[in-house]
Amino acid sequence: MEYGIFTVGDVTTDPTTGHTPSEGERIKATVTIALKAEEIGLDVFATGEHHNPPFAAPANPPVLLAHLAAKTERIKLSTSTTLITTNDPVRIAQDYAYLQHLADGRMDLMLGRGNTGPVYPWFGKDIREGIPLAIENYALLHRLWREENVDWQGKFRTPLQAFTSTPRPLDGTPPFVWHGSIRSPEIAEQAAYYGDGFFSNHIFWPAEHTARMIALYRSRFEHYGHGTAAEAVVGLGGQVYLAKNSQDAVKEFRPYFDKAPVYGHGPSLEEFTSSTPLTVGSVAEAVEKTLSFREYAGDYQRQLFLVDHAGLPLDTVLRQLDLLGEVVAELRAHETVAA
Amino acid sequence: MTRNLVVVTAGLSDPSSTRLLADLLGDASLGALAQRGEEASLEVVELRPLAHALTDHLLTGFATGDLVAALRSVAEADAVIAVTPVFSASYSGLFKTFFDVLETGSLDGTPVLVAATAGTARHSLVLEHALRPLFSHLHAVVVPTGVFAASEDWGTGGASGDLRRRIDRAAGELAALVAARPRTERLDQFDRDLAAMGDFESLLQRP
Repeated sequence: MEYGIFTVGDVTTDPTTGHTPSEGERIKATVTIALKAEEIGLDVFATGEHHNPPFAAPANPPVLLAHLAAKTERIKLSTSTTLITTNDPVRIAQDYAYLQHLADGRMDLMLGRGNTGPVYPWFGKDIREGIPLAIENYALLHRLWREENVDWQGKFRTPLQAFTSTPRPLDGTPPFVWHGSIRSPEIAEQAAYYGDGFFSNHIFWPAEHTARMIALYRSRFEHYGHGTAAEAVVGLGGQVYLAKNSQDAVKEFRPYFDKAPVYGHGPSLEEFTSSTPLTVGSVAEAVEKTLSFREYAGDYQRQLFLVDHAGLPLDTVLRQLDLLGEVVAELRAHETVAA
Repeated sequence: MTRNLVVVTAGLSDPSSTRLLADLLGDASLGALAQRGEEASLEVVELRPLAHALTDHLLTGFATGDLVAALRSVAEADAVIAVTPVFSASYSGLFKTFFDVLETGSLDGTPVLVAATAGTARHSLVLEHALRPLFSHLHAVVVPTGVFAASEDWGTGGASGDLRRRIDRAAGELAALVAARPRTERLDQFDRDLAAMGDFESLLQRP
């Protein structure tokens, strides 16, 4: 089991101070957060890909991840997500293979469609073709990492003739791929077909929904002959705000929760924590809730937490990571006992 | 086999003439179904207590608390009676929000009786220019008679002659549609997406 953090790189005004970080501050803070993640012993750091405000996530994640590869030694670098719809699969194949060499294989990537309509036309694409783009582009990417002299003709890009994508994957082993989706069964099917990992965002939807997507992926993984349903490779998102005791956690996080870009001005923090995987509380509470994910997801391979959003200042995020380190240590201890 | 009628009522006051009309329509529909030998149950979904959850759903994209069961009830109903007060010449925002967050396809083919209340009969065409198009869009089968009740229709504390006749006529039409409709298992959005998807080879080859 791998534990880590994932970021969307939002530039959000801190609702308690009114301070809005500059893009430069946010970018450097992301690097500091990633280094801290390695320091506290996390297994994975993943960055989103974004092309527009209010985000300062990289437009091409390998730019950030290559920098981190040089500054870290152990942590695995990943994405959350790489846009398979609006990026040319040739560029994905080449940039991530290059990253794989720089990072000595310490990387993988998660593919997603992106749900911001206006982004698609900036890259000459149409959001109504989101699923067909994800399917065709990945079919090509999958071949480019496995075959040389690829002949290709598809609907969405110019044909290729005897094309060899360079650099070739490190040691001839393509980077591991996760497919992330909130609610499209096609993407669970795609992950199962290729025997790739399936990642459920698991933040903005209630648990029952995640459970159905994972059950579909697991059964189709077995159907396509990659192993048993229990052996399918599942990852889950999650979201925590931690303090020494739950009262402090709730008191500290509430002003951020109430104005958070995605769920702010809506349900109360209490309603949201009871109906989604969000934990706002002590280390023990976060451990208990995270362990409960297994009840509907089965044994899974990767747990990523969102900790650096909604305008939380860097020093708060770094303190959060110290506490998350305690959460992860306890989760690992549970695994050892279970084994 | 028991048919389930679900009444959705968007009245805000207590007592509410919208709820009163909803109850009369519910009872009349049960009676009309009984005349046809159809056993039926009746569930009333009051939207006022769901108002916060409905706004939350708009913001987060998912239902919480009692709204989960209310949406499921409507999606699984054999017939729906939808009653709204008239606000600014149309259905109320609360009423519309409920049908805005209802999962696509939930009312496919469902018989729906539309009804509205207002302070004046001058709003009576709201049934035709607002409610009927809304439910046509949702692929429901709207019964020919809609029921509109203005203050003057309530007479001395109850439905007077003309209103009573419209209620009975609409209930009879609803019962006829329900009785003629075979019971089918209703798939939710996820299952419908899944059924439409096919396997991956077909996705790869889709033009």
